[in-house]
Amino acid sequence: MSERFDAIVVGAGPAGIAAALTMARGGLNVLVIERGEFPGAKNVFGGVLYRQQFEELIPEWWTKAPLERPIVEQNYWLLDETGAAKVGHRSRRYVDGKPNNFTAMRAKFDPWFAAQAEAAGAVIICETVVTSLIMEGDRVIGVRTDREQGDVYAEAVIIADGVNSLLGKQVGAHREWAPHEVSLVVKETLALPKEKIEDRFGLEEGEGATIEILGNPSQGMVGLGFLYTNRESLSLGLGIMVNDLAASGRTPYDLIENMKQHPALRKLLQGAELKEYAAHLIPEGGLRAMPKLAGHGWMIVGDAAQMVNFVHREGTNLAATSGQLAGAAVLAMAASGSFSPEGFQRYAHDVGASYIQRDLAKYQRMPAFLHDNRDLVMGKVPQVLNESFYQWFSVDERSKAEHQKQIIDGVKGMTGGTWNLMRLAYKGWRAMNE
Amino acid sequence: MHIVVCIKQVPDSREIRIDGRTGTLIREGVPSIMNPYDLHGLEAALQLREQHGGRVTVVTMGPPMAEKALKQAISLGADEAVLVTDRKFSGADTLATAYVLSEVIKKVAATWGPVDLVIAGKQTLDGDTGQVGPGIACRLDLEQLTYVEKIVAIEGGRIRVERHLEDGIEVVETALPVLLTALKEMNTVRRATFPNMLAAARYKPIVWTTADFPDIDPQQIGLKGSPTIVSKSWVPEVKKVNTTYVDGAGALWQALWTTDLPDRLGWAAREGAK
Amino acid sequence: MEYQGIMVWVEHRDGTAKSVSWQLIGQARRLAEKLGTEVFALVQGDHVGHLAQEAIFRGADRVYVLDHPVLKDYRTRPYSTSALTAIREVRPEIVLIGATYQGRDLAGAIATHLPTGLTADTTMLDVEPDPSRLLLASRPAFSEKLMATILCKKYKPQMATARAGIFEALPRDESRTGQIIPIPFEMDEAAIATKVLAFLKGEDRVNLEDAQVIVAGGRGLGGPQGFALLKQLADLLGGVVGASRPCCDLGWIKNTHQVGQTGQTVRPKLYIAVGISGAVQHTVGMGGADIIVAINRDPNAPIFHVANYGIVGDWQKVVPELIEAVSAGRPLMGVAGGEAR
Ligand SMILES: Cc1cc2nc3c(=O)[nH]c(=O)nc-3n(C[C@H](O)[C@H](O)[C@H](O)COP(=O)(O)OP(=O)(O)OC[C@H]3O[C@@H](n4cnc5c(N)ncnc54)[C@H](O)[C@@H]3O)c2cc1C
Ligand SMILES: Cc1cc2nc3c(=O)[nH]c(=O)nc-3n(C[C@H](O)[C@H](O)[C@H](O)COP(=O)(O)OP(=O)(O)OC[C@H]3O[C@@H](n4cnc5c(N)ncnc54)[C@H](O)[C@@H]3O)c2cc1C
Ligand SMILES: Nc1ncnc2c1ncn2[C@@H]1O[C@H](COP(=O)(O)O)[C@@H](O)[C@H]1O
Repeated sequence: MSERFDAIVVGAGPAGIAAALTMARGGLNVLVIERGEFPGAKNVFGGVLYRQQFEELIPEWWTKAPLERPIVEQNYWLLDETGAAKVGHRSRRYVDGKPNNFTAMRAKFDPWFAAQAEAAGAVIICETVVTSLIMEGDRVIGVRTDREQGDVYAEAVIIADGVNSLLGKQVGAHREWAPHEVSLVVKETLALPKEKIEDRFGLEEGEGATIEILGNPSQGMVGLGFLYTNRESLSLGLGIMVNDLAASGRTPYDLIENMKQHPALRKLLQGAELKEYAAHLIPEGGLRAMPKLAGHGWMIVGDAAQMVNFVHREGTNLAATSGQLAGAAVLAMAASGSFSPEGFQRYAHDVGASYIQRDLAKYQRMPAFLHDNRDLVMGKVPQVLNESFYQWFSVDERSKAEHQKQIIDGVKGMTGGTWNLMRLAYKGWRAMNE
Repeated sequence: MHIVVCIKQVPDSREIRIDGRTGTLIREGVPSIMNPYDLHGLEAALQLREQHGGRVTVVTMGPPMAEKALKQAISLGADEAVLVTDRKFSGADTLATAYVLSEVIKKVAATWGPVDLVIAGKQTLDGDTGQVGPGIACRLDLEQLTYVEKIVAIEGGRIRVERHLEDGIEVVETALPVLLTALKEMNTVRRATFPNMLAAARYKPIVWTTADFPDIDPQQIGLKGSPTIVSKSWVPEVKKVNTTYVDGAGALWQALWTTDLPDRLGWAAREGAK
Repeated sequence: MEYQGIMVWVEHRDGTAKSVSWQLIGQARRLAEKLGTEVFALVQGDHVGHLAQEAIFRGADRVYVLDHPVLKDYRTRPYSTSALTAIREVRPEIVLIGATYQGRDLAGAIATHLPTGLTADTTMLDVEPDPSRLLLASRPAFSEKLMATILCKKYKPQMATARAGIFEALPRDESRTGQIIPIPFEMDEAAIATKVLAFLKGEDRVNLEDAQVIVAGGRGLGGPQGFALLKQLADLLGGVVGASRPCCDLGWIKNTHQVGQTGQTVRPKLYIAVGISGAVQHTVGMGGADIIVAINRDPNAPIFHVANYGIVGDWQKVVPELIEAVSAGRPLMGVAGGEAR
């Protein structure tokens, strides 16, 4: 038989579905192949979904999609052994009118999102692994799956297979990720009644909060923890750069158990029952790890293309936008009747002109900065900050001046002098600004 | 040969958790799957079709979302799939379910030709009774062969099977048409081919509602036709145990001999025989 | 006529009764006491008079006997047809049948013909006294995570199948007396399509669900090699090997051995957990074991919360010693330490 499609999308994550939806709406014959039992079956994220980019695909999507809580409050906590220095912002401005972002569960959101593409006419096949791309010269003409009679052909193949993109490697779009370009995240979903969640996090009914956690839990390694509120559960996670983790010999499981015992977190989690645990990679190499985005017959989108802005924990939105851009490029080619190499490159240009490229460019030095200064950023900064707060708030026999001198000494001591501190601040600032 | 396979979509009970406080099921996030035994029943039907020719019709009574299980059946190679769905059918226990399914099978026979074999699963993960199969057989006045682990032969209008029992295997033969209930040991379920996956993704099951059964007795269907009711449910208490700590293997073995295990497990008898 | 009395089906193979039948007669006795009624046994077969007598010794007040050559082997049609004759004549208010393969086969057929409600696989049976006289049939649901009580209010008789090994049989009492009532029944062998060609008696299959003894290993074994030793112990005890999920995930042992929430639910008489921490996802699958032994080097491992006997120690030392002890057979009591019980 060998039915021919206009486009095949590999992977039914946000990137792949955004592409499929865009193309199916344009009237193309689209096939999505997903290895999971259903879209989102094994997909893991924190997670926070941002309204803006999905709105461009489905107006008012957030009134229909299964989401957990709109977020009114976002926090950063810097932990030392026992203390927590906290900064954050809470405002109804984030949720009044059109909410800014939401907590969500992929096992619920992805199937919903996929159903929208299906309703638009895309065919979605699950429990099927694409094992390789079918090439004709340097042109991708289809995919091979792990099923009998499993070759399928198309004018365009969109590679949306996530962080560990085997297909991306096949087209030489990218090399193996280096261990300092990906972090391993373990995440636990902890069931807790909603009244308890709202009480413990000081939330009105239905509102959500997020906490990003830096410092002690990563035990000196480059890493970040998080704690998010869902409807009736909490998402607790800890991600560590793979190279650091390997060198430490510690297991993520052991680290997350340790994190749960931190005095600032213990009470928030008390009595919550483990519902599921999962582990997943996040590409954190940023722009410098971003591969070639398109070639003849193919395009690569989302995590597969390292499109994650980890400083702002944004990934799904970049994925959706890249998928949409890729889908639009295919539509344009179909309209012109020519699937030429240039047509595929249009996607790469569009990504270049989008916020994806600009945001990732802005932080391109960040991975290296964190890698080089991990002792400071992950260890000493949280420690000194905690110590500073402690000195600031403590009342004892010493004068305020003495307390504050101790703060300043502590800060200086952290870097070995004022000069080093300024250099670090400058490098940090540079890492945030191209 | 015309084979009808009864399948049911069930929550994967292995993934179901109980809310400890309220004693209710947490169905959220629990995947719905085709009842595993039914899958083996379907595989058996497909293999018979390969050997003897004919067709395989799959039926289910359930909510619209059971369509997914029917599509799976199509992806494996079933010829046609029927979804029997109606508010009025809901709330059925095994008696009412078997009644409706027997009417459905009659209609299947009227539509696609006489039925030689009806296959049901050993039991479902949710109902977990194994009663629906025998119920259908009675209603249709078919011979019934339950707990089949192997179809030995079908020839000359007769079928020979091996039934799995607690104490051994029974080889039984009977005349077609027959209803059998399938065990997992019957076969290994195939993996759908890609073209079949595509066909299934586009397949729309045939939907029958009460309107398609003008002669059905409304008193015998759904909640009304169900003699049994669940009056209460609760979470079984975790038994409280006092742990006796013993010092090493020898002490443990001695301790076990102070229990009733040696009697109940026949250790004592074995020792006696020595 | 009113429905009254509790009828128990006596299952047998070639004239030897299944113990579940006597267990159900025992339970029926207890329920009959509460209702102020009698216990009936239903015996079907070919030359089964001795079973009728035995049923009385086991607690039946009246035994209805269907004795006919077509009932030699269990077959659905002759068994259900003749049982229906008896039930329609006797009109018991409750019918109990062992939840064995044949028992379930028969019960499903009878209940449909009557018709009446049938509760499968019960593990608790109680009754409400007058005036409702309802059978409270309770059974586990959803992989043993929930218990549900099921009633059949409007139909009689109320029927249930019940698991073997749950209810207690009465002590056999040869001084008991009762009535044996043959029920006439005619059926022509030529009219029965189904023939039993052979019965191949099998050793009980090695499967977790039915195993009496399970020796299970966890991640503490550190690798696949440990399971070989557990197998040795299991063989000595006449049991099979189980495992926690990580061991299966890691490929140390096939996942058909997995016990727990996503594996098998087991109910052995003896469960020995070796190097298993005792996460709830594991213990929900084995908490129903009669006696649980935990061998773990961490005294705080939660497995000890569910264990009847615990050894805090390294399995590499304990298991070989246990194999030695078991091989030696019945221990000499009163030697070596350890305060049992
Ligand atoms: C712990 C964690 C927390 C995160 N938190 C956030 C957050 O809070 N907010 C946010 O915006 N982002 C977050 N991210 C990032 C975000 O999840 C990803 O950026 C996003 O999911 C990328 O979408 P995608 O479609 O590119 O890839 P994925 O969502 O990974 O989808 C890829 C799909 O392809 C399928 N697939 C892979 N290989 C094959 C194959 N060979 N054949 C067929 N199918 C295949 C997979 O099964 C999967 O469904 C987080 C990530 C992690 C791991
Ligand atoms: C949704 C879900 C479903 C799950 N389903 C299941 C399931 O069906 N079955 C299941 O088992 N698990 C299941 N789990 C996993 C479960 O949560 C636990 O992770 C798992 O049971 C732990 O296995 P373990 O006890 O073998 O390993 P660990 O928890 O790692 O325990 C190993 C134990 O071995 C001991 N030990 C180590 N060395 C030695 C030694 N030399 N001598 C003696 N003792 C030693 C240690 O003290 C420790 O207690 C599930 C989890 C989830 C989230
Ligand atoms: N609603 C249903 N639709 C189709 N088949 C069913 C249904 N319920 C039960 N069955 C069949 O009957 C078998 C036994 O089910 P149960 O009696 O619920 O354990 C199942 O394995 C199915 O083959």
